[in-house]
Amino acid sequence: MNETRKEQTATHKIGIYLWIWGLLFVLSFFSYMVDWLQFQGLLRWTLILTFMFLKAGLIMMFFMHLFWERYTLVNVLLWPMTAIACFIGLMVAEGKYTFFTRLFYFVVGS
Amino acid sequence: MDHSALDKLPKGWKSVPNDLGSDQTAFKGVNWGKAMMWIFLLSDTFIFSCFLISYMKGRASAVEGWPNPSEVFALEVGGVPVPLLLIAIMTFVLITSSGTMALAVKYGYEKNKKLCGYLILATALGGLTFVGMQAFEWSKLIHEGVRPWENPFGAKQFGSFFFMITGFHGTHVSIGVIFLFIFARKVLRGDFDTGKRGYFTSMKSDYVAIEILGLYWHFVDLVWVFIFAFFYLW
Repeated sequence: MNETRKEQTATHKIGIYLWIWGLLFVLSFFSYMVDWLQFQGLLRWTLILTFMFLKAGLIMMFFMHLFWERYTLVNVLLWPMTAIACFIGLMVAEGKYTFFTRLFYFVVGS
Repeated sequence: MDHSALDKLPKGWKSVPNDLGSDQTAFKGVNWGKAMMWIFLLSDTFIFSCFLISYMKGRASAVEGWPNPSEVFALEVGGVPVPLLLIAIMTFVLITSSGTMALAVKYGYEKNKKLCGYLILATALGGLTFVGMQAFEWSKLIHEGVRPWENPFGAKQFGSFFFMITGFHGTHVSIGVIFLFIFARKVLRGDFDTGKRGYFTSMKSDYVAIEILGLYWHFVDLVWVFIFAFFYLW
């Protein structure tokens, strides 16, 4: 068990955690306000995605310590996300196609 | 690998070919348990992504109107429906527990046994509150007639996606709560100071276990950020 003794155990100042914590609260409040104020359409989607990615980024970088990790680990974790992005793109097209064929055959009949 | 040896290695992008080509440990300075937790979380990311993508595809191809989550998840307060009230409180509870977990990791590494243990307990209580509110939300919707195959609000697919996605997330929270209680006991008992061997693993552990547990808990919070955005707000 010598392995575990040698690990890097750098701790960070409490201030940074409290700051991130506060920011997460504020961002969550903002994303709730998007619904409260009933923003619609493009503005709504942009705001939802902006607050979502900011929150996710803060949690991963500081709470999950990725900001302080070496690039090899960060790269191993983030590159597979491009596969998910491709999958989303494929399924957007597929969803539109299914919607179109459903409407088409509901109107025209099979 | 200790701190001084790590400092001598290349930093930034140069560290990637250096670490991967070193013919040794690729994740330098990372405990093996922590690396395995990250790999597990990556696979979990793919599962949750598949759920959310199938939800997106199902919603995009639904011919009936999609139920308005703002109304479906509203709570009546004094006769006035407040949109997404319970979901907002659940979000804040989960973020609070994520914050206490981050502090528990910090105080664990500083070998502050008491503060670390109590912060983990606070995190577990936050998780329990979250699961409790989710159970309330489920029973409310089931009472209103939401089923995986039908619901009174609109497109039939709504129920199956709702139960599957929030249910799978709730399962993660519940498992996390169980482990939080187990590790709170271990910390407060001083297992990581005395080097007491674990019951299942028979291995000595360290406060790095708290960071690994923290990674899992923050991931649960991270998934909720995406569910909140795509399922409840979109």
